[in-house]
Parts: sequence; C-alpha cells; structure tokens
Amino acid sequence: MAKGVKPRVKVPKSASAGETITLKTLISHKMESGQRKDSDGNVIPRSIINRFTCDFDGQNVIDVTMEPAISTNPYFQFEAVVPSAGEFKFTWYDDDGSVYEKSKKIAVA
Amino acid sequence: MTLSRRDFMAVTGCAVAFSGLAALPAHASLVDEQIKAFTGGAEIGQGGIELDAPEIAENGNTVPINVSAPGAASIMLLASGNPVPSVATFNFGPLSGARAGSTRIRLIKTQDVVAIAKMEDGTYKMTQATVKVTIGGCGG
Repeated sequence: MAKGVKPRVKVPKSASAGETITLKTLISHKMESGQRKDSDGNVIPRSIINRFTCDFDGQNVIDVTMEPAISTNPYFQFEAVVPSAGEFKFTWYDDDGSVYEKSKKIAVA
Repeated sequence: MTLSRRDFMAVTGCAVAFSGLAALPAHASLVDEQIKAFTGGAEIGQGGIELDAPEIAENGNTVPINVSAPGAASIMLLASGNPVPSVATFNFGPLSGARAGSTRIRLIKTQDVVAIAKMEDGTYKMTQATVKVTIGGCGG
C-alpha cells in the first residue's frame, strides 16, 4: 500500500428523493507517472490509482479508468441521482493491488 | 530543359512541405490509435459534447478539466501531446445524474485535449480544446 493515502469525499447529508446531487472526491496519492527520473537518471516506476468507482446501494454511478496523466491527489466531481435514503460507496484501485474505500450515508428529507 | 529559379522553388517548396507533413503523424498516430480502439473505427460526429479547459494553464501538473455530454454512456479524454495520450475514461452508471465529470490532469506542453463521447445510441461525438501550458507536468 502506498503511504499516506487518505480518501476524502463530500456528500450532502440529505436530499429529496429523485434529486440530482453533486459529489466531490479527493484522495491523497502521489500518482507516480512512470515518466519521471530520479537524480541518478533511473526511471521511477509507475505507481498510480488506475480505477475509481462510485456506487449507491449496489447500483453504479460512475466508473473511471485512470491513466498516468491524472494529477497527483486525484480529484473527481460528478453528479448522482438519489432514488432513496442509502449509502454511497467510493472505491479506488491502486496499481499495487490495494483498494481504498470510503462510504457516506445520505438521508432523504 | 532549364529550370528557372521560380520553377525550382515551386518544386522544392512542395517537396519540403510534403516531407514535413509525412514526418508529423508519428505522434498523432498514437492518438488516432486510441480513438480507433475506443470507437472501433465508427464515424465521429461533432457537437453534443462540451469540454471546459483553461486557455492558459500555468502549471501543467494540474490542469482542471470539465467534460459533459448529455446522453453519453462513456467519455474518453486524450491529451494529444503527452508521451502517453490517454488520460481517463468516464463510464456512467444507471444512477449518474448528469453525463459529466471534472478532474485534474497533467499536460507536458501546449497541446490539444480531445474528448470523445460514446452515446447511448451507439454514435460517437468528439470535441477538442487547446491548452497553452507555461510549465509542463510529467517530467522531472
């Protein structure tokens, strides 16, 4: 597992049923592109998060395939429909096989 | 037959221009290959997709990009001037509120960012935006 990975998500506490809400996610990760060289001229091996998904109670909202051109500390903003009260589940997949998860409940007002 | 100077210029000028063109696609073909892999060689239309990118990015390490295409099933982003052109592919699920996404990307130099959307009806839409990069990302 890469060091210091901390997922952060911003989800409203409540929404009305059927409402479209904006979700923001940020995960701290160095996203080493595999293009850089260290001071001795050796290529630093690639180490990135290659996939991000967001699901709501098992139903998919977005599934992003990520390449090395995504910046350090990958940030995503997107929109989701909230059919009922439930839980958003955010998942990041690292090159080294680690999986980072974060869940946020949302209530329907 | 004797060539006048004017004839000579016309002929060589053409040849130079042509060889210049032939040399260019070496990198562009990478982008074309990515596009072909995504669309399967289908025709690509214009319009129906919007790409928001800054005109000038001071720091190529983190360039904010916003793409939206109503009715899209997935959107692929390409940076045509990067050593590896593919950037990201957004696949939208049934609970997606808007077929749009924002993220931050790396650009090594001034170049075109290309967005291609696969619509739910199987057609493809493309748009692009030029971003001027003052300090490039990727390298180091």
